[in-house]
Amino acid sequence: MTIAASFKKRLRYFDLDISFSFAKKNMMVMIGPSGGGKTTIIRMLAGLEKPQEGKIVFGDEVWFDSMRRINVPPQKRRLGYVFQDYNLFPHLNLIENAAFAAVDKKEVDELFEIFKIGHLKKRKPHMVSGGERQRCAICQALARHPRVLLLDEPFSALDAITRRGLREELKHLKGNMSFPIIYVTHDITEALYLADEILPVVEGKIDDQWMQRMVSREPSSELALRAAREPRLSLVY
Amino acid sequence: MDYLALYVTLKLALVTTVFLMVIAAPVAYMLAYSRFAGKSFLEALIYLPMALPPTVIGFYLIILMGPKGFIGKTWGMFTGGSLLFTFIGITVASIIYSIPFAVQPMKAAFSKIDRRLLESAYVLGLSKKATFFRVIVPNSISGIAAAAILVFLHSMGAFGVLLMVGGSIPGETKVASIAIYEAVEMMNYRTAGMIALSFIPISYAFLLLINKLNDGERT
Repeated sequence: MTIAASFKKRLRYFDLDISFSFAKKNMMVMIGPSGGGKTTIIRMLAGLEKPQEGKIVFGDEVWFDSMRRINVPPQKRRLGYVFQDYNLFPHLNLIENAAFAAVDKKEVDELFEIFKIGHLKKRKPHMVSGGERQRCAICQALARHPRVLLLDEPFSALDAITRRGLREELKHLKGNMSFPIIYVTHDITEALYLADEILPVVEGKIDDQWMQRMVSREPSSELALRAAREPRLSLVY
Repeated sequence: MDYLALYVTLKLALVTTVFLMVIAAPVAYMLAYSRFAGKSFLEALIYLPMALPPTVIGFYLIILMGPKGFIGKTWGMFTGGSLLFTFIGITVASIIYSIPFAVQPMKAAFSKIDRRLLESAYVLGLSKKATFFRVIVPNSISGIAAAAILVFLHSMGAFGVLLMVGGSIPGETKVASIAIYEAVEMMNYRTAGMIALSFIPISYAFLLLINKLNDGERT
């Protein structure tokens, strides 16, 4: 299965105009400064926002086509989508959360063992740590048997040590997954560590030179300078 | 002691609450989540019964529910009867009188739910309806309960609207607040006092319940 997307959307400070495609069993990392349109791209893939024009095709399924007025709702795209926080439903405990849209409820137990949160099944989300919540959110997404997994800065709200641990586990796990993963981050270390492919997005456009500029520490603009600070900080760990 | 009037009051409050919760939920949902032109005008219109004197509401309801009014005519076409001076008539009046007290707390409770939770549910495959019952309702249950209690108490206390639309027919439209008024008019302070006294524990208990719900939400 290949995802091919090309779309345009007018945002407040710039126009998003991007096209990319990538194939199955791959982890594509979308990287770029905060506020550069990465989350909007992910939300459009998920069907939560509508591009002004363009096309999103998954395999032989058209998810969005502005010319033919096709817009498949998020419910029908069968994706996994994990964001920084707020994935879990506060009224349910962790196992109920993970089983919320599970194809096979029995699998959820296995996922909990793999993600090492088997002992927290009956806890409510506010009673566990941020890292444990994100582990559960990934279980929730995987239990649905997604066709694509979207991870939008899933570990950004976590402390550096937890983040590094989860990042390693994810790298280890991605080999077993038979679907494409799109991972959004603004952290260069994370991108280089996880990616099979890298898609640098700056102000709504692909900018292949961005990483080099960041690494060579010659940021061209004030915006890039600000964005670069945090990734560099994380090189310490 | 006018047990019949108390019975009509409680029956009216209960029926009003049940119907109004069902009616108000989609309205509150729309006000909390939809964006459309003229929304603030519609919202103000929905809250209008809260700001109008009960007799003004009663007056317009008489016009609407009378044999020549739109609602009265439609009702007459299907049932052959009149809405005025009937229990169903005062139920309709009581529902309209209490609409703001159902919609406002429910809308507030719905608005408090993080939008991302709903989006997460959509991505997980839940329809909007399933999301409402599986995500929105369980996460705003104390707001919904508060709305129900407010409606119940408010319709227990209705007087002017009901008197105008329903008059005072024992067992049908004579509610406790009207019974108190009539007892006092006839200088029958003992009867009035008994009915009045029976309100206090009911109202007090419900207010305690609201406080408890609010506390529960905070922790």
